[in-house]
Amino acid sequence: MIKNIKLQLNHQEIELYVHPLKRLLDVLREDCGLLGSKEGCGEGECGACSVFVDGELVNSCLFPVGKAENKQVLTIEGFRDTVRYDVLRESFEEAGAVQCGFCSPGMMMAAEGLLRRHPHPAEQQIREGISGNLCRCTGYNMIIDAVMLASKRGDGLW
Amino acid sequence: MKTDISAPVKRDDVADKLAGLTCYIGDMRNEDMLYAKTLRSKEARAKIASIEYPVMPEGYFIVGKNDIPGRNRVKLLLEDWPFFAEDVVNYIGEPIALIVGSDKAVIQELIAATKVIYQKLEPILSIDDSGLLPIYGETNSFADYSFGKGDIDKVKRIAKYIYEGTYETGYQEQFYLEPQGVIAEFKEGKATIYGSLQCPYYIKNAVIDCLGISSDRVRIVQATTGGAFGGKEDYPSLLAGQAACAALKANKPVCLLLERNEDIECTTKRHPSRIRLTSYVDEGFKLIGLEADIVIDAGAYAGLSGVVLQRAMFAAAGVYNVENLRVHGKAIATNKVVSGAFRGFGSPQAFFAIEMHMEHAAKEMGVDPMEFKLQNVVKKWDKSTTGGIFRDKNLLPEMVQRVTEMSGFAEKKQTSKKPRNDNKRRGIGLSMFLHGCGFTGNGERDHIKAHVKLAKNSRDEVEILISNVEMGQGINTTMKKIAANALEIPIERVIFINPDTDRVPDSGPTVASRTIVVVGRLVYEAAIELKEKWQVGAVQEAECSYQYPEGYEWDNDSLSGDAYTNYSWGVNAVEVELDTLTFESKIIGVWAVFDIGKSIDDRIVKGQIDGGIVQGLGYASMEVMENQQGRFKQRSSTDYIIPTAMDIPIIQSELMCQPYSGGPFGAKGLGELTLVGSPIAYALAIEDAIDAGINSIPVRPELLMEVMADDKKY
Repeated sequence: MIKNIKLQLNHQEIELYVHPLKRLLDVLREDCGLLGSKEGCGEGECGACSVFVDGELVNSCLFPVGKAENKQVLTIEGFRDTVRYDVLRESFEEAGAVQCGFCSPGMMMAAEGLLRRHPHPAEQQIREGISGNLCRCTGYNMIIDAVMLASKRGDGLW
Repeated sequence: MKTDISAPVKRDDVADKLAGLTCYIGDMRNEDMLYAKTLRSKEARAKIASIEYPVMPEGYFIVGKNDIPGRNRVKLLLEDWPFFAEDVVNYIGEPIALIVGSDKAVIQELIAATKVIYQKLEPILSIDDSGLLPIYGETNSFADYSFGKGDIDKVKRIAKYIYEGTYETGYQEQFYLEPQGVIAEFKEGKATIYGSLQCPYYIKNAVIDCLGISSDRVRIVQATTGGAFGGKEDYPSLLAGQAACAALKANKPVCLLLERNEDIECTTKRHPSRIRLTSYVDEGFKLIGLEADIVIDAGAYAGLSGVVLQRAMFAAAGVYNVENLRVHGKAIATNKVVSGAFRGFGSPQAFFAIEMHMEHAAKEMGVDPMEFKLQNVVKKWDKSTTGGIFRDKNLLPEMVQRVTEMSGFAEKKQTSKKPRNDNKRRGIGLSMFLHGCGFTGNGERDHIKAHVKLAKNSRDEVEILISNVEMGQGINTTMKKIAANALEIPIERVIFINPDTDRVPDSGPTVASRTIVVVGRLVYEAAIELKEKWQVGAVQEAECSYQYPEGYEWDNDSLSGDAYTNYSWGVNAVEVELDTLTFESKIIGVWAVFDIGKSIDDRIVKGQIDGGIVQGLGYASMEVMENQQGRFKQRSSTDYIIPTAMDIPIIQSELMCQPYSGGPFGAKGLGELTLVGSPIAYALAIEDAIDAGINSIPVRPELLMEVMADDKKY
């Protein structure tokens, strides 16, 4: 059942030779060597593996690579080269939003997804926007401050 | 540079963490590397009659008890915990063997095809089970301690009020975001273990025993650790020993990573507890006596239960001054997962009991709980439960005052009593607590004997060589700040690298809120020494060893004296809104004041405060883990629920500072303290909303239904 699957990964066309049911997370980590997406639970609860597929935030641990065929996949490795990422990074640093860091790449993707939908989010919208991403260190409020700060500092970017 | 040590500085680990560039154990790659998966017991208690393995394909190995060259016991306090089960299994999930090979899917198939033939034994599933074959010793307890002071029999005769209560707390899973894992390799007779861990030297000692080789042939290197909270204090020693044996047998590096649900089901948790308290109060509402009987559920092997129990027992009287005291405690063996270390280490259980008890006793006597508590709090020069002395001023009255102002406590107490037109009720609760920082009793003096080193290179950069790990709590930054401040050099010239036991001395484990107050102090002293002998461009070193401070005393046989050399303090208030139809509750507000001495970095401190409070709120509310017939009902990340961003409000916190002269810049411990008070304040808030007593956590809607149906209120 192994087949050729074409997709766009971080703005580059790639062709994979994999089982279409292989988890996108495993394809990214094992076949593509992109280690920024983390496996925290493997069942879609924690969001540490969050990536965008055609602009939609998904848990790559629940996403078969076959479903990404001919689609655009954006991971933290692609996102981290953007201006919006830089604004988010500075804000996360300043707000103290990172401790152990294991949830952080996924949290950045969730923050990006939220700001795309709501460039000027209210506190409650931020809470909802990152509610699919678990963090056990920070208690979330400093992450919420970071997203708020980014939305102000990056006004016009989203 | 000499700057305000509390002013936040940039954490230099953050940029890589955000970008996904940080290398955790699961990100390490090695071409030759094999994977290991664990064959686990499916029975709570049984003899292993036989194991029928399928034929191993070439390059696949079984690694079990017979592959351990040294001792099949994890070196911790007692020597009962095997790396691999021997002739019996004692809990569901206990490791029996590893299957090792190159393809994870093949390994899974081999494990599924393995048949373990069990002869079932009657398991001990509760701390009340009696008459069954003991798991440990003759009495089935790993630890049984008693201590006391004064004359409890006398106060029994003279007390005007006697109040009794029993309090229970449940399991709590650490749920660090990064599951546990190690990689072991064996080269030229030397074992190197990379891992997600808190205590490099605990693991080193465990692997030395496991392999039966000399100390110079074992090296432990910490991989950046994705959260730990105590969960990576004890268990990585077991994983490291197993993986080391596998690497030895396979003659290749072996990676042993747990999956999330395996981690939830099989690794250590916070001890469930049952605490019975009897207090004796005189006509002036002075707490004149207290009896405490503490039982913790230790699970199948001793692990760290003895010291968890001690911390719980020493906290039996909470923040209150009691001159006549009798405390008894037991850690009971059960056929369940080994209970272990988790932020607070016995203290959250004991504080829950005493704070609820004081509240209920006050209500029973018809006095205001806050007044009753404040009347009885310890003051400078009062004695601790073990007869140690509180040497510093305690700011509790001021802290309570401030939290009540911040939260509008008095007004909310009134509001919660007013009838409403909807099915919602509000309530507010307030807790007072302390945490003794550093190892309990003689730990720092007689067992750990921490040693630190600073190494200056010819470019005048100074590396901090300690065995304490960055696991999210920020010591990569705070330790550098301490050294830079003492040396009066820019922080950019101070280096901190994840510890490697071939490079760093043993400054002890990263536990017990000891890293800043104990190790940070040694780093400070070494830095002062280095500064005094500083020669530009010269390669230089400075070292410092722990010295037990003068004037303190501890006797480990009678458990008397100064159990801790310093205490941090906290006051928390929580407000909830309860739906009286569904019994679901929502947290409306959280207010907190802490005295941690001098803050080493206000932003890092706030991160610890927020994170600890939220873990505590989870513990008291939604984090339910029940064991049925030896198996957890909540054994996946779908079933075991931890707080999300939707479950908590903004936390308003402030610091007050009573410095500790033995800490760096007057700092005291922080990490664990932050979890202790919020579960209590939450339970008291629920209690306020329903006007009936809460005696156990987590407070589930089902529990509230029962409590509210009960006629006896407290």
